[in-house]
Amino acid sequence: MREVAIVGIGMTPFGELWQDSLRNLFAKAALAAIDDAGVDHIDGMYIGAMSTGLFVGQEHIASLMADYLGMPGVPAAHVESACASGGIAVRQAFFEVASGAGEIILAGGVEKMNDGADTTYVLATAADQEYEAFHGVTFPGLYAMIARAHIHKYGTTREQLADVAVKNHENGFKNPNAQFRMKIDRETVMNSTMVADPLRLLDCSPVTDGAAAVIVASMDVAKKLARPYVKIKASAMATDSLALHSRKDLAALPAVQKAAERAYKQAGVTPDKIDVMEVHDCFTIAELVVMEELGLVERGKAGAAVSAGMTRLGGKIPVNTSGGLKSKGHPVGATGVAQVIEIVEQLRGAAGDRQVANAGLGLTQNMGGSGGSCVIHILEAMS
Amino acid sequence: MIVPRYTREIPQRYRLEAGKCKKCGYLAFPPRVVCPECGNRRFVTVRLKPAGTILTYTVIHVAEDNFAAETPFAVGVVETDDGARLTAQIVDCKPEEIEIGKRVNLILRRIRKEGHAGILQYGYKAVLQR
Ligand SMILES: [Zn+2]
Repeated sequence: MREVAIVGIGMTPFGELWQDSLRNLFAKAALAAIDDAGVDHIDGMYIGAMSTGLFVGQEHIASLMADYLGMPGVPAAHVESACASGGIAVRQAFFEVASGAGEIILAGGVEKMNDGADTTYVLATAADQEYEAFHGVTFPGLYAMIARAHIHKYGTTREQLADVAVKNHENGFKNPNAQFRMKIDRETVMNSTMVADPLRLLDCSPVTDGAAAVIVASMDVAKKLARPYVKIKASAMATDSLALHSRKDLAALPAVQKAAERAYKQAGVTPDKIDVMEVHDCFTIAELVVMEELGLVERGKAGAAVSAGMTRLGGKIPVNTSGGLKSKGHPVGATGVAQVIEIVEQLRGAAGDRQVANAGLGLTQNMGGSGGSCVIHILEAMS
Repeated sequence: MIVPRYTREIPQRYRLEAGKCKKCGYLAFPPRVVCPECGNRRFVTVRLKPAGTILTYTVIHVAEDNFAAETPFAVGVVETDDGARLTAQIVDCKPEEIEIGKRVNLILRRIRKEGHAGILQYGYKAVLQR
């Protein structure tokens, strides 16, 4: 397989975008990425979206998007892996370019969650319908059960969970594309409305509309474009049982650990070499468990590390400089692509107030369901 | 949920029928066609012991529309005494009484009504042993 680069990025602001349709959201992000790359065509595209059928009653979206991007005829495919759909779209584009089948491929993600669907129901379709959702379990409920197990096993505290949200809002405050650009404090998180005990409203990522796109290309194309680009050093994925109850350790996310092991091996790096990370903080507990699975800290130590500031901007390893899913927003299918965009900006040195000094190596971790899928990319700055 | 989709799962929901791997003894609930532990494809049908232990739980305050009228309600992961794991509501108690490690019995209860026609759907729920 040949080496692959990311040569362009584009996204819509994340939020409740009542005036924008699914198709226009996608087209705006895709055009921004195409313009950013300075390419005059694409050879194909992959679009991550979790459930356009249930959210807005629209399937067959890849062709629709090609049409409204003004490119009818271009090969396009929709990929779905719940909340990891966007990351998988990037991975498919990576493979198409790495294989030599395509030179310039667009990887995008989109979700329109605020068009009146029962969002809690739609999200729960990423869980086992017959053996989890049938009993009334929600997505916050599944992560709440992981949180309860983590608290029981390691003594993780309510304060430590809150500190994840506080940190991510501190970062999102500096991100013009974030849905909730406001700082919050620990007490506000801990006094917010109960959703699924012990998780409260401000432990949960919001319901968001938005789209994101990147242009993936061969190194030859990247060099000819003569614009800033980053190299994809690793693209790794792993799956796990869909039902949380089938896992041996309920305070762990084994798919993350497996994908991370594969990604580090591909890139030939250890976790301590990574300068900045975007991880899947769909709930505060998720960020803690993911830190442990990625090898940033020992099992059970993530809460204390976050409260000590290890993952803040300026800390040892900044995590979720974009504000994460928590503050930036979580348009499910777009999230994995938006994570890649944040890391590309960091590696270009173009992240403004959120910039991590001398960022050379970045990682994105995007996860579906309660950890039934996980995709990780490691990106490297090219000067 | 259309009727065949519900009816298909009745052996599991009413009688806790599982598949026991003929090679390694893994208990598949619900039954599977291939053992995730050893790859064997031959199973014998067994009924799970209707008692077990709470491994983790939550109290749901915001539910999907089908369960909205029932909030707050507790849900947990239960390991049965024969070692299978499942998700079930924990009922007939105050949320404060639930703890990891507490013993429960699995009993047949109404889970929900289907849509506007109000078709009743039954299944297992957990109650604390007292
Ligand atoms: Zn077996």
